[in-house]
Amino acid sequence: MIAEAGLAALWLAAALAALQLALGALGLQPGREEYLAGVRRIAVAQALLTALAFGCLILLFLRVDLSVALVAANDHSDKPWLYKFAGTWGNHEGSMLMWVTILALAGAAVALLERQLAERTLVATLAAQAAIGLGFYAFLLFASNPFARLSPVPADGQGLNPLLQDPGLAFHPPTLYVGYVGLSVAFSFAVGALVTRDVGPAFARAMRPWVLGAWIFLTLGITAGSYWAYYELGWGGWWFWDPVENASLMPWLAATALLHSVTVLATRDGLRAWTVMLAVVAFSMSMVGTFLVRSGILTSVHAFAVDPRRGSFILALLVLYIGGALALFGLRVGTVREGARFDPVSREGALVINNLLLSAVLGIVLIGTLYPLGVEAVTGEKLSVGPPYFNSAAGPLALILVAVMGAGPLMRWRRDDLKAVMGRIALPVLITALALLAVVLLAPPIGILPLLGLILAAGVAAASVAPLWKRNLRRTPLFTYGMVLAHLGIAVSLAGMASESAFIRETLVAARPGETHKVGPYQVRFDGVEPVAGPNWTAVEATLTATRGDRAPRTLKTQMRSYWAPPTQTNEAAISTVLDGQLYVVLGNPGDDGRWQLRLWWKPFVTLIWLGGAMVALGGFLALVGRVWRERQARLREEGYI
Amino acid sequence: MKRLILWAPLGLFVLFVAVFASGLIAPASRDIPSRMIGRPLPVFDLPPGAPGHPPLASSAFATGRPRLLNVFASWCVPCAAEAQQLGQLAAAGVEIDAIAIRDRPEDVATFLRRWGDPYRAIGSDVDSRVQIAMGSAGVPETFVIDGHGIIRHQHIGQIQPEDVPAILAAVKAAQ
Repeated sequence: MIAEAGLAALWLAAALAALQLALGALGLQPGREEYLAGVRRIAVAQALLTALAFGCLILLFLRVDLSVALVAANDHSDKPWLYKFAGTWGNHEGSMLMWVTILALAGAAVALLERQLAERTLVATLAAQAAIGLGFYAFLLFASNPFARLSPVPADGQGLNPLLQDPGLAFHPPTLYVGYVGLSVAFSFAVGALVTRDVGPAFARAMRPWVLGAWIFLTLGITAGSYWAYYELGWGGWWFWDPVENASLMPWLAATALLHSVTVLATRDGLRAWTVMLAVVAFSMSMVGTFLVRSGILTSVHAFAVDPRRGSFILALLVLYIGGALALFGLRVGTVREGARFDPVSREGALVINNLLLSAVLGIVLIGTLYPLGVEAVTGEKLSVGPPYFNSAAGPLALILVAVMGAGPLMRWRRDDLKAVMGRIALPVLITALALLAVVLLAPPIGILPLLGLILAAGVAAASVAPLWKRNLRRTPLFTYGMVLAHLGIAVSLAGMASESAFIRETLVAARPGETHKVGPYQVRFDGVEPVAGPNWTAVEATLTATRGDRAPRTLKTQMRSYWAPPTQTNEAAISTVLDGQLYVVLGNPGDDGRWQLRLWWKPFVTLIWLGGAMVALGGFLALVGRVWRERQARLREEGYI
Repeated sequence: MKRLILWAPLGLFVLFVAVFASGLIAPASRDIPSRMIGRPLPVFDLPPGAPGHPPLASSAFATGRPRLLNVFASWCVPCAAEAQQLGQLAAAGVEIDAIAIRDRPEDVATFLRRWGDPYRAIGSDVDSRVQIAMGSAGVPETFVIDGHGIIRHQHIGQIQPEDVPAILAAVKAAQ
């Protein structure tokens, strides 16, 4: 019954989405304003029904109801409850249902919370959100029904891919999806504003918190995903330029650009068409990412479903939504009045450069991700594009971007004096020069990109906190602190990336128990192996003791696990974190002569990468709270409550 | 001009869709053509792989006549399954040499007695070194080598009855 209830809820939600779209479209006609109030309520009811359907699916997974095909294919009674729960979205149908649930919840949040946008634009926005929802409901109901029954009912399920059996699965996909799908709000806002021709500062101020909210989750999701891949895959890398990683990076780049251009629109009424374009592009990138992953057109660790029929369905949805929005853009944006102009040397000028560079990096990543497909379509040749392309093409641009990021906040709006700007960035430039001197003199020779990364990180860290210089810290608005923290986070993250790639130490040894090997500042003794067992796996566990100088030795345990449902081997890395880096150990195969393969890495300051990511997200959060608080105060004052 | 720029994003998107649609519509061929096609065999000189058969060296392929090189092992079940097809190819007049992977001569002899012996020379590749140098990732695989020792065709996996004509054609083309 639970499955049927879930399916019924999903159908009802789809019907409500159709109603929401129809009423919204009718309500925009003159003299039909009475429909408008209904649209908000329908959006909320639709979200509740979708959430109910998703709740049903979670319940089915927790109870391991094997009469449901999806549960039988992905669940197993031996799994710990956390993975039964999180396994709900560790598969194609479940993750698409989560996608739609978040989409509907985002629409309901807009319906309940948005008070700034003009009523007509809001209704157009909700209608656009319903239109997106309708397509994805159809996709679920016709091409990926999560509630389909299975007969005969198997004795047990086939289990979840062991690489996904990790607490990370409970947090990473939902966080990332909130970010991905949250951008749909920006998309719908843009469509709504194009329909009502209402692109201006008020629109930008209304859109900004939604973009910021989605962007925070996207940042967290990418950061957490990077750390998850780092410790779970056991390959020792933190970014692989995998198509699916790119699929999450591209919306982030577009959303970051949007975040900055929407500020120009809100503050200075500039960049009108460009901001609308970015809002469309950001969510388009989310949908393209979904398409890339779900169509099986690119093979990747994340590709659950390799099914061209589903791919065609999603491609049709992309044509409808992205094509439709871009056509609307072409038709309508010409009628949007041009925004305010500004001097090239100004805060707006710096933000335009930021936007251009972010867009260029986005283009590089997009081309690199799609290039193999394009080449295969044209010449039939198969090839892959890897880190050498991405690092050498996107790396230098990203470094310039970070440098501009340091200078931008130190410039004034509208018009600034070049000499005065030079004076303000003199100290960060000096720090960069000193860092260069220090690295060249003290460190072993390193590559040019890591070198530039290290010294830029030092200078930009200083420049990031400079906006607080000589200010009354108690009267500085919260969102300024947010910006400072986020920019500082970028510098911290950059320092971690540069340090890791410049000073990493790696050895691969075949060790007998009792032997000691050196990696970086550590002496690592291989104590021996023993068998261990978990709830749904058995493993060989190696114990190692790492000593560094005269500090207390640390014990590391790394496993080679064998899961039985489905039968798969995974390597569980042992990671020892200290202040200045991580020691990362992976157990490999045994040899015939009692030796075991061990891979040892010393990664100086690698943790800064994710610490920086967390700082960026926290900075975003402070900015969001600060903005919402200020708008609320302003509204209360306007209405005479304060 | 300005109007055109506004439509440029839509144009780019149409291009993107065209590429993807062709990717979806094109037959989903997941086989990756070998990089070794058109290149000479790696130089090797293997010890004999089975009693009663000469050992195999890469120099033996410069005879001016195309031949097959079958990579197999006595412990490999699909290799036993393709033995009949190899027998057909041998009966059609194709010379077949073989490399036994991670194997023992006595096991290979038992295998040949049981499943038939289409081979001329058999080399023994105990640590898979030659196999990897040839760009072969598993057993069984069958290479068509032309008269100058150049790899012309690589068949991955067991030879099914319906594959025999294609392999005969590849041998003919290598002449």
